[in-house]
Amino acid sequence: MGEARVYVIPCSGIGKATASVGRDATFQVIEDLRPDTTDTLCLSLLTMGDEEAVAKVIGNKVITIEGCAKDCARKNVEASGTSPDISHRVHEFLKEHRDLKPETVLDTGEGGRKLAEVLAEKVAQEVDELAGSQNRPGE
Amino acid sequence: MKEVEIEARPTKVGVLSCSGESEAEGTIARNAVRLVMEKYRPGLIVTLCLPLYLAGDSGEREFAKKVPVIAVDGCEKACARLATEKYSGEVESWIDIRDLIRQWGVNDELSRSHPGELEQELTERVAQEIVKLVDRLVDEGRVEVEPR
Repeated sequence: MGEARVYVIPCSGIGKATASVGRDATFQVIEDLRPDTTDTLCLSLLTMGDEEAVAKVIGNKVITIEGCAKDCARKNVEASGTSPDISHRVHEFLKEHRDLKPETVLDTGEGGRKLAEVLAEKVAQEVDELAGSQNRPGE
Repeated sequence: MKEVEIEARPTKVGVLSCSGESEAEGTIARNAVRLVMEKYRPGLIVTLCLPLYLAGDSGEREFAKKVPVIAVDGCEKACARLATEKYSGEVESWIDIRDLIRQWGVNDELSRSHPGELEQELTERVAQEIVKLVDRLVDEGRVEVEPR
């Protein structure tokens, strides 16, 4: 296995704008904010039980981001034999930032983009904490 | 008196996207399916978040039993098709976007996170491929819809 990473995994939701916010936030973290310490994977590979994908979530820290209360990302990680270290629901952030309501699945609008930024900043901080503990033996 | 058996045809077409987060083609799959749902065949398409096959209740696993399913995959790993076959039932049709794009002669690097002009164009083209498959099911009488 390669260098340890924190895997940020959004829910793959296609029916709700909040799922698009989670997906956007994930891309911000892995491509812009913490490209050296994070990665993502296709959640559908976990649904299929793909060995390589399962090994990634078992061997690394994981943060899941859910677009709704069905918690698909967390449950698919759990079905792989481990639990996410941290699990977020976009709705929790929306409750705290009611003015940042996402618009549609295909275009989350200005509010949705800002909500994704808020979420991404939070996840990036958590990545720093998890990445630190990941590199300390015994944790 | 002999009972007459009436077989009800589905009134919707299921279109299932892999939505793969790692790959640009996963983003194209997700956006193309939404385009068909919202713009090209509104009211005719139903979809499902693919991970619900594992995370949802047994209702989600009835998906392919209730409607004919078109699986739209970003790559040859075929998660949408294989997950449907594993958890729900056979698919009617399958699109492998990476293979399609190759056939179209596009070799550019694509973005999964910031779809530009090329990604938008490819999304539209994939949406039209899905529309063709949906219309074929309708034309074959596999789905009960109002005449177009």
